[in-house]
Amino acid sequence: MELSRRQFFKLGAAGLGGSSLAMLGFAPEPALAEVREFKLEKMTQTRNTCPYCAVGCGIIMYGLGDGAKNARRSIMHIEGDPDHPVSRGSLCPKGAGLLDFVHSKSRLTYPEYRGPGETSWRRVSWDWALDRIATLVKQDRDKNFIAKDEQGRTVNRLLTQGFLAASASTNETGWLTWKVVRSLGMVSFDNQARL
Amino acid sequence: MALQSLDIKRRSATTMPPPSIRKTADVAKLIDISKCIGCKACQAACLEWNDLHEAVGINVGSYQNPPDLTPESWTLMRFSEVEVPRDGTGEPELAWLIRKDGCMHCAEPGCLEACPAPGAIVQYSNGIVDFQEENCIGCGYCITGCPFNIPRISKRDRKAYKCTLCSDRVAVGLEPACIKACPTQALVFGTKDDMKRHAEDRVAELKERGFATAAVYDPSGVGGTHVMYVLQYGDAELYQGLPRNPRVSPMVKLWKGIFKPVSVALMGLAVVVGFLHYVTVGPNEVKEEKAGQPGAPRN
Amino acid sequence: MTNNWVDIKNANVIVVMGGNAAEAHPVGFKWVVEAKARNKATLIVVDPRFNRTAAVADHYLPIRAGSDIAFLGGVINYLLAHDKIQHQYVVNYTNAPYIVKQGFDFSDGLFTGYSSETRAYDTSSWDYELGSDGYVMVDSTLRDPRCVFQLMKKHYARYTPEVVASLTGIPQDKFLKVCEIIASTAPADRTMTSMYALGWTHHSVGTQNIRTMAMIQLLLGNIGLSGGGMNALRGHSNIQGLTDLGLMSNLMPGYLTLPHKEEQDAATYLAHRTPKPLRPGQFNYWSNYSKFYASLMKAVYGGAATAANGYCYDWLPKVNVEYDMLRTFDLMAEGKMNGYFCQGFNPLQAFPYKSKLIRALSNLKFLVVMDPLATETSEFWQNHGKYNDVDPRHINTEVFRLPTTCFAEEDGSLINSSRWLQWHYKGADGPGESRTDIVIMADLFIRIRDKYRKEGGAFPDPILNLDWAYVIPHSPHPSELATELNGRALEDIVDPKTKQTLLHKGQQVDGFFQLRDDGKTACGCWLFAGSWTSKGNQMARRDTSDPSGRGLYSSWAWSWPANRRIMYNRASCDPAGKPWDFNRRLIWWNGSKWVGFDVPDYKPDAAPSQDMGPFIMNAEGVGRLFGRQLLKDGPFPEHYEPFETPLGTNPLHPKVISNPVAKLYSASMELFGKTSDFPYVGTTYRLTELFHYWGKHCRINAVLQPQQFVEISEELAREKGIGNGDPVVVWNRRGQIEAVALVTKRLKPLKVNGRTVYHVGIPIHWGFTGVAKKGYPANALTPFVGDADAGTPEFKAFLVNLRKA
Repeated sequence: MELSRRQFFKLGAAGLGGSSLAMLGFAPEPALAEVREFKLEKMTQTRNTCPYCAVGCGIIMYGLGDGAKNARRSIMHIEGDPDHPVSRGSLCPKGAGLLDFVHSKSRLTYPEYRGPGETSWRRVSWDWALDRIATLVKQDRDKNFIAKDEQGRTVNRLLTQGFLAASASTNETGWLTWKVVRSLGMVSFDNQARL
Repeated sequence: MALQSLDIKRRSATTMPPPSIRKTADVAKLIDISKCIGCKACQAACLEWNDLHEAVGINVGSYQNPPDLTPESWTLMRFSEVEVPRDGTGEPELAWLIRKDGCMHCAEPGCLEACPAPGAIVQYSNGIVDFQEENCIGCGYCITGCPFNIPRISKRDRKAYKCTLCSDRVAVGLEPACIKACPTQALVFGTKDDMKRHAEDRVAELKERGFATAAVYDPSGVGGTHVMYVLQYGDAELYQGLPRNPRVSPMVKLWKGIFKPVSVALMGLAVVVGFLHYVTVGPNEVKEEKAGQPGAPRN
Repeated sequence: MTNNWVDIKNANVIVVMGGNAAEAHPVGFKWVVEAKARNKATLIVVDPRFNRTAAVADHYLPIRAGSDIAFLGGVINYLLAHDKIQHQYVVNYTNAPYIVKQGFDFSDGLFTGYSSETRAYDTSSWDYELGSDGYVMVDSTLRDPRCVFQLMKKHYARYTPEVVASLTGIPQDKFLKVCEIIASTAPADRTMTSMYALGWTHHSVGTQNIRTMAMIQLLLGNIGLSGGGMNALRGHSNIQGLTDLGLMSNLMPGYLTLPHKEEQDAATYLAHRTPKPLRPGQFNYWSNYSKFYASLMKAVYGGAATAANGYCYDWLPKVNVEYDMLRTFDLMAEGKMNGYFCQGFNPLQAFPYKSKLIRALSNLKFLVVMDPLATETSEFWQNHGKYNDVDPRHINTEVFRLPTTCFAEEDGSLINSSRWLQWHYKGADGPGESRTDIVIMADLFIRIRDKYRKEGGAFPDPILNLDWAYVIPHSPHPSELATELNGRALEDIVDPKTKQTLLHKGQQVDGFFQLRDDGKTACGCWLFAGSWTSKGNQMARRDTSDPSGRGLYSSWAWSWPANRRIMYNRASCDPAGKPWDFNRRLIWWNGSKWVGFDVPDYKPDAAPSQDMGPFIMNAEGVGRLFGRQLLKDGPFPEHYEPFETPLGTNPLHPKVISNPVAKLYSASMELFGKTSDFPYVGTTYRLTELFHYWGKHCRINAVLQPQQFVEISEELAREKGIGNGDPVVVWNRRGQIEAVALVTKRLKPLKVNGRTVYHVGIPIHWGFTGVAKKGYPANALTPFVGDADAGTPEFKAFLVNLRKA
């Protein structure tokens, strides 16, 4: 940069001298011209895939902190991954707005429960919620599991419970979910592909 | 505080010339409307990158949301449904023209010329026109000076805002956020020379496809712009308010020469008494100062 | 997708129909724009609305919602009548020369074998004539009146340009112009790509819509070629993966299917699923079914799965009816279901006929919602004024809402529509107490298993024996699950001839060719074999090299099957093994084997002289113009009206108006409206700015589309006295919504069968949670009827009425 700080002050002062505002006492600070600091400089980059449609655009998530134990990582900015062969750095308005999904006001942060006839949520612990669900699943399964049909044929199915899986979850989630759902004998099982 | 990371070419309300030995390459954004799908990725990327928090509005019967530029929406897709012949003369067909609106980064910026606050508007040597909000006094002269009706003054802090062409990204060698996001290469960024060549290629391709009036929009009335358009139908006015022949108001030119000190004094007085007033100087009348070089799009 | 996103740049003609790629897949659409700019491609858009894809199209045709087969059938008729087909391809690579059984026929809207009582076909006549050698009889001259080609020609001869115009509302001259452009891709050096999505699936004839275009692509010789193909755009980031993994009512991983109750032992089950080749010398890939099955069951039940017990065959649930989501909610509404889990799925918004859904969910004993966001489904019991007017005191469902992490907060793989498995990494912890779905499922399963261990209960064997050898049982790492999906050897595997050890015990398999049916391999999904080998995680590869220059990117991530980037690529060569078009070459026969830029979709050493067909997954070895018994509604697609038709008839066959085998439910039948009460065609869709029902939770996106609106034509607005921006009510017998009217030139009244048809465009995205303005689910209006084959609801064509609010 040609202009040193000192010269810059001089420029600012000269500018003021030539301006009626200076006479009025306006803009008393030296008027520096400066672009906003580049905010990503030291953020940690993580490669990910946009969770919306199936173009599967590559994204780079910029997280607060350099990975030090004492810095709580928080995603501060998301933009396209220029290496990605399909998206080549671009994103649609949904992908470009992903930061507001990560930090949406609607994000859930603790388990909740609502009992029969109740009009509001109650905060509950994971332990209580999962234990209660396990109990309900087992009670119903024990009562309604069909081992054989009317003709005595083995069918081993559970028709009174169903499961909707998420087509935005990972393959690994899907596989574990498949194992659990089918081992229970559930057949009402779908994901968004049905739509 | 760091010094400015881009060399300054012009600075508002400053008479002393800035250092002018260094000259970086002119940059430009090219908006090819024939490739635009109106997805608003540019709008989203702009809001996200610039940490803007536009209010959730209402729908007024349009895809255009928000309906206009605001202090927090520095770019906006403007949607127009027009019936126009592709070849300029034949049977009109329906076209959904979607124009990304925002600062044109004029080579001769009317906002900067009009601005009375020292250093509130600067033009970098690469052509970007940037507002330095900490120096802005909220007078609104930049609005008067702008032939494209771009700057907006925030009610919250009484300062003027507009597209920076992501000067913070460009300063470190990156493309602006909107450019990077655009899915269809309707937005491209590079040196102005490269963008002009690219624009000419696009116009040739469009003509081959029957868009007989396709044209580049780089209006000379403001000395050319660092944001250019490829218009598949040539006529700027089809694209919701894009002036055929933009000029800086002659009043701004006049003010700069004679009335500026007086006006500034008056305006300063107004500030002193706590009365902030939006000043209008009159309609943007065209002054034929460069005969034979109208600001209309070139073919 | 048969091809992939980048490959679209190689197309000469792009048809976007049954989808709106620019709006729903903007970044993928980049390659359409690239094809136009660099390849001088022509973009054709056929849609009821002049949408944002149409904004950049060369030709836009407005079509009446629900008349796609009329249009596409008309295209087939044009291609056959004008002899615009790729002859060598059709004769050698399709079943056009195959002779169809005597007895098969079509008349008055019905194929042979229909029963109106069961609303189903006896499909036994929908098959080929077999010769004495057990193989299908063929006539390569295509002249035999019983050959597929001639039957097809006869079937579509009814779809004249006049009929097409009358059914679709597309003027004849425009239709013929587009036919001409499509036909221009019949030569071997030109290709067309078809890009479609839910605009085709959301119909009671959804599967057949897609099949019709697939037939056109076969006739033009566009399948298997660069720049061609049938390209399903797919709407969710891993909708491909979850389908591949069989998270659907009738599926198991890798498109294996659940057994029927008649199949009481594994041998019977496998015999039914292992086809015999229909022509001599065919590869007949599904003959490997038993290997995929045994390896899957070893991955699920580990040591408990043995050859002796058919690899725990008995433990698999057996069904005869499909418990798809329409049936599930029907049963729920009848009080026949007690528990329901929604893992990242918001059915109250996503499924048809909202008031029925509320009734259904209210009948449950418990509902478990796992989601990063506060969904409408989780709050179905809460009163949200006019947007969800329920009384919680009368709803006795126990509801659990469990916070999950989102994409940014977990490792794992997603499969895009190019079939690329792409690995991603966690960037931050989730908020508060949120947990990954994996941890939630593991924790819940272990609790259930522990209860069965302690207390016993109904048939605990599959639960107690589910293979769960994860290092931390409560928190399996995604890498453990991914390696399980790839598969590994359970014992040393030795080549019987050379005595060489092919795989050591515990070693990851290199591909599905190593899978076995003797219990020596385990593999969660045969299609994913090769994704995480002993060389490491192939899904995390980031090499951007592309030696072909045609966008294969074979070293980026990993593509199923076998890292193949363009499926059916054997069909990109002529029968002698030479590329039809040198500039599009993908693979070729070098005299001793198949080589090239892509992984051959073929037996690598099968010489062209062996006469093995290019479609190795089919028992025929060729593409099927005649669908045999594969679809429930006929071997040839036929135009049926939507269940709510604005015509009140089907001009092709007035006695059979709508799909005679579509999935109907008693309650939905009663609620179909007539055109006299509901004169306008409603059609629902996505917008670019919002994603389904999550986008409205994201502030930036809510800013870009803040409020619910419906689109109507200027003509309809005038007729109803509605101004742009006025509030309107849209209703039918199932429900109503209020929205802002967006009056547009982009919707035009269409002349159909002598009357004027108006569309009402209904975007889907708003609800009673989120940061956008509150709104109604578009699905308050949609009918509860499913496609005959896939069970997809008819969201794209139904009847509504409209008034100023």
